[in-house]
Amino acid sequence: MPDLSINFAGIKSPNPFWLASAPPTNSGYQIMKAFDAGWGGAVWKTLGVPVVNVSSRYGGVNYRDKRLVGFNNIELISDRPLADNLREIEEVKKRFPNHAVIASLMVQTRQEWHDIVRQSQDAGADGFELNFGCPHGMCERGMGSAVGQEPKVLQMIVEWVMEVAKKPVIVKLTPNISDITEPAMAARRAGADAISLINTIQSIVGVDLDQFSPYPIVDGKGTNGGYCGPAVKPIALNMVKNCAQHPDIKLPISGIGGIENWRDAVEHILLGASSVQVCTAAMHFGFGIIREMTSGLEQYMVEKGFNTIYDFVGKALPNVLHWEDLNMKYKVTANINEDKCIGCQLCYTACEDGAHQAIKLNAGTRIPEIIEENCVGCNLCSLVCPVEQCITMERTDDATQHLTWKERTEAGTAPTEFNDEKAGGRHHWVPEPSAALGKERHKTLPGKARLYSGETVLPTEA
Amino acid sequence: MAEFSTPTTEQQFAENFAQLKPVMNRTEALYESSRCLFCFDAPCIKACPSGIDIPQFIRQINSGNDTGAARTIYEANYFGNACGKVCPTEVLCEGACVYNLQEVKPIEIGRLQSFATTKVIKNGEKLFGPGADNGKKVAVIGAGPAGISAACELRSLGYDVDVFEAKAQPSGLTVYGVAPYKITNEETLAEMAYLQSQFGYNVHFNSAISSREELEKLENKYDAIFLGIGLGKTNELGLPGEDKINCTGAVEFIAELREFQHKVAVGRKVIVLGGGNTAMDAASESSRLGAENVILAYRRAKEEMGAYEFEYDLAKGVGVKGLFNVAPVEITGNGYVAGVKFIRTETKDGKVSEIAGSEFVEPCDMVIKATGQAKQTEFLSLIPGLKLDGKGRIIANAHTGQTSNPKYFASGDAWNGGAEVVNAAAEAKLTARGIHAYLSK
Ligand SMILES: Cc1cc2nc3c(=O)[nH]c(=O)nc-3n(C[C@H](O)[C@H](O)[C@H](O)COP(=O)(O)OP(=O)(O)OC[C@H]3O[C@@H](n4cnc5c(N)ncnc54)[C@H](O)[C@@H]3O)c2cc1C
Ligand SMILES: Cc1cc2nc3c(=O)[nH]c(=O)nc-3n(C[C@H](O)[C@H](O)[C@H](O)COP(=O)(O)O)c2cc1C
Ligand code: SF4
Ligand code: SF4
Ligand code: SF4
Repeated sequence: MPDLSINFAGIKSPNPFWLASAPPTNSGYQIMKAFDAGWGGAVWKTLGVPVVNVSSRYGGVNYRDKRLVGFNNIELISDRPLADNLREIEEVKKRFPNHAVIASLMVQTRQEWHDIVRQSQDAGADGFELNFGCPHGMCERGMGSAVGQEPKVLQMIVEWVMEVAKKPVIVKLTPNISDITEPAMAARRAGADAISLINTIQSIVGVDLDQFSPYPIVDGKGTNGGYCGPAVKPIALNMVKNCAQHPDIKLPISGIGGIENWRDAVEHILLGASSVQVCTAAMHFGFGIIREMTSGLEQYMVEKGFNTIYDFVGKALPNVLHWEDLNMKYKVTANINEDKCIGCQLCYTACEDGAHQAIKLNAGTRIPEIIEENCVGCNLCSLVCPVEQCITMERTDDATQHLTWKERTEAGTAPTEFNDEKAGGRHHWVPEPSAALGKERHKTLPGKARLYSGETVLPTEA
Repeated sequence: MAEFSTPTTEQQFAENFAQLKPVMNRTEALYESSRCLFCFDAPCIKACPSGIDIPQFIRQINSGNDTGAARTIYEANYFGNACGKVCPTEVLCEGACVYNLQEVKPIEIGRLQSFATTKVIKNGEKLFGPGADNGKKVAVIGAGPAGISAACELRSLGYDVDVFEAKAQPSGLTVYGVAPYKITNEETLAEMAYLQSQFGYNVHFNSAISSREELEKLENKYDAIFLGIGLGKTNELGLPGEDKINCTGAVEFIAELREFQHKVAVGRKVIVLGGGNTAMDAASESSRLGAENVILAYRRAKEEMGAYEFEYDLAKGVGVKGLFNVAPVEITGNGYVAGVKFIRTETKDGKVSEIAGSEFVEPCDMVIKATGQAKQTEFLSLIPGLKLDGKGRIIANAHTGQTSNPKYFASGDAWNGGAEVVNAAAEAKLTARGIHAYLSK
C-alpha cells in the first residue's frame, strides 16, 4: 500500500486531504467528525476580530441539471467567541494528536497578531494559516484581500507573525490580483513556511430576474461575494502552477480550489501542491466524500507505482511551458470513428460556425466528414462530440521536426508585417462571405417551416 | 388468474388504467431536458409528422421558458398535449433520437411535450388568438383531430368557422378510441377547451351531417367545407354467429369504455380477433377491465402482425396470450357467445392458406372484432364529384387537401385511410392553408 502521509512544511498529516477554513471547520464537533470520517487535517474557520454575519449568505451556479458547479458566499470569519474555538482546538488535538489542526487567523494590529498567534499556539495548533484572501466584508476593514493585494503590507504582517510563531506559518493568497507570484514572493521574503491558494474569487453568481437583485439576496439587496467550487479549479490550477514554477518562491504549496474528487486533487499535486484543501465539496456532499478521495488516490498511486505523495508532487511542471516554446511542427487532425458516430452533427455545426469550416455533410448519411486540408487541429469537434472516443485527434506530422515561435523569432522566420506571407492563416481556405447566405436554411429554420420548405410546398398566401 | 381485478369505482379504474406517460414534474423535466444534445438538423424533427421543433422546445424547457416551449409545440401541432401522450413516439421522434445509436435511452420527447403544454393549459395561458375577420366562412364536419386542427388554423387566418360533430364531445377518437392508459378524458377535453377558448370557433355537438339536404345547406352557406370525418364502424366479418350477444366491434367497445369507464362489463374469457394496434389496445383493455383470460387470435404468424412491437409487448405485459395462424370460421353459442371456431392456417410465400380438417373451438364469453374500420363511403357518395380511391379513401391534393369537388377539402383518417392523431393534426393544418390559398385567389 502506498503511503499517503505528508509532512507539509513541518505539519504532519496522515493524508494530504485537509478541510479548508470554512463552515465545515467551524467547530470542534465538525472537525472531530471529519477526522473520524478519514480527513487528514483541518484548517479551523478563521479566528479573529469579532464579526456579525447576515442571513442569506450563499448563492449557487447551476449548469442545466447540475447543482452548484459554482458556489458563492458573503460570509465573514468565525462569529464564535475566540475562547470557545481555542478550547475546542485543544480538545480536538488531544483526541487526534496525529491529525493536522491549523489555526486560520485574521486580525489587524501587530499586538492583535501576536496575541492570537500565541493563544492558538498554546491551544495546541500544529500551524497557522494567515487569511489574506477573503474578498468581501473583511477587506473593507483593511483585512483579508485588502492585505493580500498589497505585497508590502502582506510582508509586514507576516513578519509580525514570524516574531512570535513557533509553529509553521502558511500564507493564504487571494486570486483577486493580476500576478499571484507577487504576494507569494512577499510571503517568502517575510519568512513564511508555506503558501496556500486560492481563496475565493470576487464574484456575482447571478441576478434574480424578478427582484432585480444579485444573489444571495439580503432583504432585496445583494453584494459581491467570493466564488469557489468546481468552476474555479482551472483558475486555481494555473495559479498553483505559477507559484510552483517560480524560481524564487520555493515554498510548499497547499492547493485549494474546485477539488471534489481524487482526480482534482491529483491535478493540484501534479502542478506542485503537496497538500490539498476542500471546502465546497464537503459543504455539498458532507465529509463522506473523503472515502472516495483516499481510495482513488491510493489506486492511482498503485497503478503508477508511486510510493509517496512526493513521488509526483509537481510531476507535470516540466511539461507546462510558455506558449513560445511549444512545437509548431506538431500537427493533429480530427478523425471521426464512423462506427461510434450517432449522427448528432454537433461537430459539424461547431466547426462550421465556431471554427474552421473543416467538416462537411454528405447526402444519404448523418455521419459528417472531416475535410483534412482545412482542419487546423483545434480539438473543438472532439470536445463537443457526445460519444466517448468517437472523434480522436490523430497526429499527422511525421514527428521528426521541432520548431518553436521563439526559435522562429531568433532565426528571423517569424511573420512581422500585417500582410506577411509567413502568417499562419494566410493559406488556409475560407469560404467567400456570401456563400453563407441561405446555406442550410432548410435545416435551421423552425421545424414546421423546415418541413414546409422541404418535401411539401407551402401554399402561397394571398 | 386475472392480472387485474375488475374495477368498480372511478379510483380503481384509474389505477388499472394508470397513465403510461404520466406528466412530468419540473424537476424531471429539467433532468430530461438537460440530456438533449440540441442536434444539428435534428432527426427527431424529421420523424415528427407535424415537424415540431423538438430541440428548440426542449431547450426552452431547460432554460425555464415553459410557455415559449408550449408555443413552439402549438405552432406546429394543435394537439400538442394529446400527441405527447398518445403518439407512438417509439416509432416517431423518440425512435429517431440519436441516443438510440449510442444505446442510451432516447429523450422522452413525448412527456416533455406534455409537460410544457399541460402547464399552459392548466394556467389558461393565452398564446394564440383569431386573425382579423376576413368575412369568409368555412364549415368543418367532424370535431376530431383533423377537424379541430383545421378550425384553429382557419380561425387564425380570420375565417368564421362552424364545426359539426355527430357526437357529444370533441377530439374524435382521441376521447372515443385511444386507450385510456395513454390519455385521460379530462386531459383530452381540457386541451379542447383550451383551444376553443383561444380561437373561438363554434362547435355544434350531436349534429351529424347525414343527408344531401344538410350538405346542400352547408354548400350554400359556407365558402368551403372541410371533411374531418375519420373512419366508420368496425368491418363486418361475414361469419355465421357474428350477431350473437357479446360479439362486438373493437371501436365500439372502446368508445363505450372511454365513455362509461368502470361501468363497462367485460367477459371472463375474451377473444380478440385481429393483429393491428386496435386489437392490441382492445386486448390490453379487456385485461385491465378484469377479464381472466384474454386471447389475441390472428390469422397469420406473430411476425406478420401490423401492430407495433411495443404495443404487442404492452398487451403481453398485462397477461394477453397470443394465438397465431388461426382464422375464425364461426362464432358459436346459443344467443350468447360461447366460443369461436377456428381453422389453423399456414403462410407460404406470403399467402395464407387454411389447413383442412384443423378446426377447433376455443371457448369464450366475449368476442371483440378488431378487424379494421370501414370507410364512410355511403356518406361521401352524397358529395357531388367527390372521388375516392380503390380503398375508399378521399382523393385530395397532397399539399392543399383539396378534393375533386373544389369546395371540399379533407384531412385525417378519411383521407389517409387511418393513421395517428399527429398525422390528422399535421395534415389539417396544411389543408387549412390550402383552403386559405383557394379562397384568397
Ligand atoms: C382503437 C384506436 C386506438 C387508437 N390509438 C391511437 C393512439 O394511441 N395514438 C394515436 O396517435 N392515434 C391512435 N388512433 C388513431 C387516431 O385516433 C386517429 O388517427 C385520429 O383520431 C384521426 O383523426 P380524424 O380527425 O381524422 O378522425 P376521428 O378522430 O375519427 O374524428 C372524426 C370525427 O368526425 C365525426 N363525424 C364523422 N362523421 C360525421 C358526420 N357525418 N357528421 C358529423 N360528424 C361526423 C366523428 O364523430 C368524430 O368525432 C387510434 C385509433 C383507434 C381506432
Ligand atoms: C478560442 C477563444 C479565443 C478568444 N479570442 C479572443 C480575442 O481574440 N479577443 C478577445 O477580446 N477575447 C477573446 N476571447 C475571449 C472571449 O471573447 C470572452 O471574453 C470569453 O471567452 C468569456 O466568455 P464566454 O464565457 O462566453 O466564453 C477568446 C475566447 C476563446 C474561447
Ligand atoms: S479539429 Fe477544429 S478545425 Fe479540425 S475539424 Fe475539428 S473543429 Fe474543425
Ligand atoms: S459530434 Fe460525434 S457523434 Fe455527433 S456527428 Fe460528430 S462525430 Fe458523430
Ligand atoms: S435527436 Fe434526441 S438528442 Fe437530438 S435533438 Fe432530438 S431529442 Fe435531442
